[in-house]
Amino acid sequence: MPATTETILGVFAYVDTTVRALEELKAKGYHDLTVYTPVPVHEIEDVVERDRPVSKVRLFTLLGGLTGLASGWILTAWTSMKWGLIVGGKPAIGFPVSPPYVVIMFELMILFGGIATLIGMVSLGRLPMFRPSPAYDPRFTHDRFGVAVHCTPDRAASVREILRHAGAEEIRP
Amino acid sequence: MSEHERGPQPIAGGASVAEPTFADVNRDVLATLRTPGNVYFAWMCVVGLILTCGILAWTYQIFYGMGAAGKRTPQMWAMYITTFVFWIGIGHAGTLISAVLYLFRARWRTSIYRAAEAMTIFAVLTAGLFPLIHAGRMWFAYFLLPYPNQRYLWPNFKSPLVWDVFAISTYLSISTVFFIVGLVPDIAALRDASTGWRRRVYAMLALGWEGTDRQWRHYRRAYGLFAALATPLVLSVHSVVSWDFAMALVPGWHSTLFAPFFVDGAIFSGFAMVLVLIIPMRHFFGLHAYIRDRHLDAMAKLILVTGLVLTYFYICELFTSWYSGDHFEKASLFWRLTGTYWWALGTMYFCNCIAPLILFWKWARTNTVVLYVVSILVLIGMWFERFNIIVPSLAHAFYPAAWGIYVPTITDSTIIVGSFAWFFILFLGFIKLMPSLSIVEVKETLPAPVKDPRHAGHH
Repeated sequence: MPATTETILGVFAYVDTTVRALEELKAKGYHDLTVYTPVPVHEIEDVVERDRPVSKVRLFTLLGGLTGLASGWILTAWTSMKWGLIVGGKPAIGFPVSPPYVVIMFELMILFGGIATLIGMVSLGRLPMFRPSPAYDPRFTHDRFGVAVHCTPDRAASVREILRHAGAEEIRP
Repeated sequence: MSEHERGPQPIAGGASVAEPTFADVNRDVLATLRTPGNVYFAWMCVVGLILTCGILAWTYQIFYGMGAAGKRTPQMWAMYITTFVFWIGIGHAGTLISAVLYLFRARWRTSIYRAAEAMTIFAVLTAGLFPLIHAGRMWFAYFLLPYPNQRYLWPNFKSPLVWDVFAISTYLSISTVFFIVGLVPDIAALRDASTGWRRRVYAMLALGWEGTDRQWRHYRRAYGLFAALATPLVLSVHSVVSWDFAMALVPGWHSTLFAPFFVDGAIFSGFAMVLVLIIPMRHFFGLHAYIRDRHLDAMAKLILVTGLVLTYFYICELFTSWYSGDHFEKASLFWRLTGTYWWALGTMYFCNCIAPLILFWKWARTNTVVLYVVSILVLIGMWFERFNIIVPSLAHAFYPAAWGIYVPTITDSTIIVGSFAWFFILFLGFIKLMPSLSIVEVKETLPAPVKDPRHAGHH
């Protein structure tokens, strides 16, 4: 089966030319883009993120944090039922929580929240990647910006034209 | 922009260096990873030798028993817990720089945060040794963890010592995650610049990072959330460490002042340690274009502020002891000022309250010699602060029959000196294996390359 999409890569040396290319491509209706940058750049993010929802990583953090909070409560309450250490005649499990156990709950909230954030970042960012993506170029961790456009082969010529017009210093393939 | 094309040459003094470009950052950071010279190996040998002495001393202590460390009632905590709290305190600056200053968008943090974060992790790893050394039978250390065992015994979650286990384990885990996440895009840059087996190792560590818009999008959001989680964590960890003392009834410890007092002291000593590490690093690697005088100036200002706050806390401590009207509290204070360890208290007041005052002058804040001397004095002062909290308070608690002074032995002193060697050997190894300057974050603070400068400037 012949490939139905083709990837055209434009390599840019400057932020403003990259932004120009992205604006042009979006205006012409190309939305299947991959942008490679050595650092996150506000100007590029403004264009790329314009019509996207906020990253879902924060949901992972929230759920991880709440899980940690709950596990801290369950661990301390359950173990003090198993082996009661009554101090000063106070109940083994306070309502809603015994003050000393707040420390354990807090620490586990941070720990689980942090680990869940890590899992969220790795899985949403599709890491680890075992094979470099076809359009990747080592200069993208150095000082060059890349715009890869995924399009049908018949539109490739027009994409190349847009990239060249915006000021790409190299266009592949 | 001819300066930009030429690229800056690192110039000693670093006063009038041109702004580096993106390519310069990669080049200069990669240069720090070149095969080290003789000076580096000489340092490694010295540090390795001291570490060996420390390990031998610990071995002797395990063989002989805790008496070798000068442990006699009531002085059971003595120097090990002093040094433990000292190292935990050192470990505070890194996460403060990477989390709190990140949230405040303090841009000067970018060129120092990687080294400071590494310092944090190594300091916590060093601190983590001390409860084991101190426990004597360190092979039972797993008793501290809540795990189901056949005796149905669980740790006492009402004990501050158990809170401490949770706080420090969480702090080590989250700091390490923060550190590794920050490293991923940088290791990708190393991967793309290296060849052979190094390339394969870096490729594995970089997880296939490419810097796509998808990756950056989730990375940036996650980084902000890590910072938001780490900020309360930094403040909580040293508070929990302070409760190891403040929750006890020993006069001199039983004070609500302890949590903020410890956190402030931790930041104070942590920044001093950052300077002790950064100044030689900048000198030997020629990183004057990145770690400029204004960075040293900013850190010196933080040392000055936290030092003044600490002075205020010392005054509060004296005042509350006196004003409490509590007989034991006042007796403990009087003995601390005039008894066996008065010289330790004097050293602490000089190093922590008087010495940093020179940083009020701008020339001192940018003079590396002055900064280095002040930082070393601050580290000495902060070690003695923990000594003054632990040893004299235990020496002179409620019951005269249980009073007793502590005298260091060769064994425990050698272990403590060895802990410094352990810390420095980790740091020396790190600066040659990983980028000690963040490639990505340094680039972020530089002006992004633009073709038409008229459109730049709203960055």
